[in-house]
Amino acid sequence: MGETVLEAIHINKYFHDPVKVQVLNDVDFSLSKGEFVSIIGKSGCGKSTLLYILSTMDTDFEGDLKIDGVSLLKKKEAELAQVRNEKIGFVFQFHYLLNEFSVIRNVMLPGEKLGKLTPKEIESKAYEKLKILGIEKQALKKPNQLSGGEKQRVAIARALINDPLIIMGDEPTGNLDKKNGDLVFNIFKELAEVYHQSLLIVTHDNEFAAKTHRIIEMEDGKIIKK
Amino acid sequence: MARWRQTLVAAIGVTFSITMFIALLSFMAGLNDLLDGLMLNRTPHVRLYNELKAAENQPIDVFSKYKNQYNFIGSIKPSNQLLQIHNSAAIIQALKKDKRVLGVAPKIIAQVFYNVGTINLTGIINGIEVEEEDKLFAFQTNVVEGNYLDLKIISNSIILGKGAADNMLVNIGDRIQVTTTKGDQVQLKVVGFFQSGISEIDKIQSYTSIATAQKLLGESNNYITDIQVKLTDVLQAPQVAKEYSKLFELEAIDIQTANSQFETGSFVRTLISYSVGVVLLIVAGFGIYNILNMMIFEKMDTIAILKATGFSGKDVKRIFIAIALSIGIFGGLLGLLFGFGLSGVIDQIPFKTASLPTIKTYPINYNPVFYIIGGVFSIVTTYFAGFFPARKASKVDPVDIIRGK
Repeated sequence: MGETVLEAIHINKYFHDPVKVQVLNDVDFSLSKGEFVSIIGKSGCGKSTLLYILSTMDTDFEGDLKIDGVSLLKKKEAELAQVRNEKIGFVFQFHYLLNEFSVIRNVMLPGEKLGKLTPKEIESKAYEKLKILGIEKQALKKPNQLSGGEKQRVAIARALINDPLIIMGDEPTGNLDKKNGDLVFNIFKELAEVYHQSLLIVTHDNEFAAKTHRIIEMEDGKIIKK
Repeated sequence: MARWRQTLVAAIGVTFSITMFIALLSFMAGLNDLLDGLMLNRTPHVRLYNELKAAENQPIDVFSKYKNQYNFIGSIKPSNQLLQIHNSAAIIQALKKDKRVLGVAPKIIAQVFYNVGTINLTGIINGIEVEEEDKLFAFQTNVVEGNYLDLKIISNSIILGKGAADNMLVNIGDRIQVTTTKGDQVQLKVVGFFQSGISEIDKIQSYTSIATAQKLLGESNNYITDIQVKLTDVLQAPQVAKEYSKLFELEAIDIQTANSQFETGSFVRTLISYSVGVVLLIVAGFGIYNILNMMIFEKMDTIAILKATGFSGKDVKRIFIAIALSIGIFGGLLGLLFGFGLSGVIDQIPFKTASLPTIKTYPINYNPVFYIIGGVFSIVTTYFAGFFPARKASKVDPVDIIRGK
């Protein structure tokens, strides 16, 4: 399927405190455009650690990471921030919306940072994204006036604003009930199938993972099944 | 940001310190001006006079045999030479042509006794050119009762020091009797009272016109003992004094030498007020530092998500410095306004003191320089107060925060 958007090459990672422990052991895989991949494994198997390395936020590892064919090994902090801004969209277990700003401003924020469009254009784009997720009516509310499911959908809209190469999710449905969890899953699925969005989701919900295109299963820092 | 109340408190801290800074400096400068005015504005920048002193060339020095030795014998005492400045008219002419000179006022200083019943009080009568004196040294402002111009119009008139007048129990219109050093007794009519603000001076000094003073001393109408010079630039006084001393063969004393203690006083007062102002600002700076530090702990999530969505450490730093600076600018501007207001209020508070007859309210100096310093300083302190918390915020690791949840 299509070109490779993300490539993890022989990644090793150690925790040094209090004793040296290897948390990732020779992790090696790639992700193609439009793929919907889930990483599953038990708690503490290193799947979240792997995600943070892939997201460029954690730079303390061995091996190489390529996003869009470009190695990120020697990049500076500001350049990595630029990569995150432009090419990666994030959805966390917790929504991390800023209560000071309205929903629409929250969605616009990464777009404003990128600065490729005028504020007007970003705003209309943000409305568009909210519409895809069916929450455009809440645009002017503050995040704390929204329900948990709605907040998570706003967070997804925020991840989409810069049309990223990959959406990464760290247990995006972990805090949601069955109904909202399904809703979020369907959104992901739609994004992957209709918009050919690449998605990489860490979860321990096997039911969720079973419905994705591909499952990467991890155990003790190693990939046991691709 | 959400911590409105704390931010407001920080801004109020800056406002308060800038307000105090401005009010304090304006008040201190006003006070300095007042005290300087009390003495310095009424003092000639250069005073030319003759001094009675022993002859510089004693006969023994002239004697060739002892020429290269140090001689202790000084047999020639000061002779009965006059204090008069010779050829004063020509000197005044020459002075008036000098471009550095703002104005020249001749003066006669005469030692007298004021006769009060059987008692004699020592005193000094200054014979002055009334209009010149007023123009150069604001004579008028010190005349608290009577019209200073009467001195010129009414012959044999005197403006007495307030202290001397109180001691002698005289009112305007009364006649007093003075005895000169030569023993002559003269009657003078009191046309006004004079108050300099320095009571020692007011007990002794009084003023008459030059003509009356000459009559008093029994001298001709070219008799003058002092020439007072006011310069356009007071800082040139020492140099000019030296030059005149050589040129006219007179003693010349400049204002800096005569009143050095005043400058020291002004300097120390200014120094104290600046230090207090700066300390206030630094304290406000610590307040801002604290509040921003707390804000960072509370906003860890926000910082983490900003970083996760592509804001770099630099951007985060810029945001926090911007918060600090906006506190500084907002608080500082308000402080400047309140400082101006407070100065205005102080300016209205009545302040009456016997020694300062012309002052009705507390003195304030509205020098824009204080406002500029205050404004710049508020921005500089808040920048530094914001800099360290901002640097800390820029180093927050988003992974730590997000994983910690």
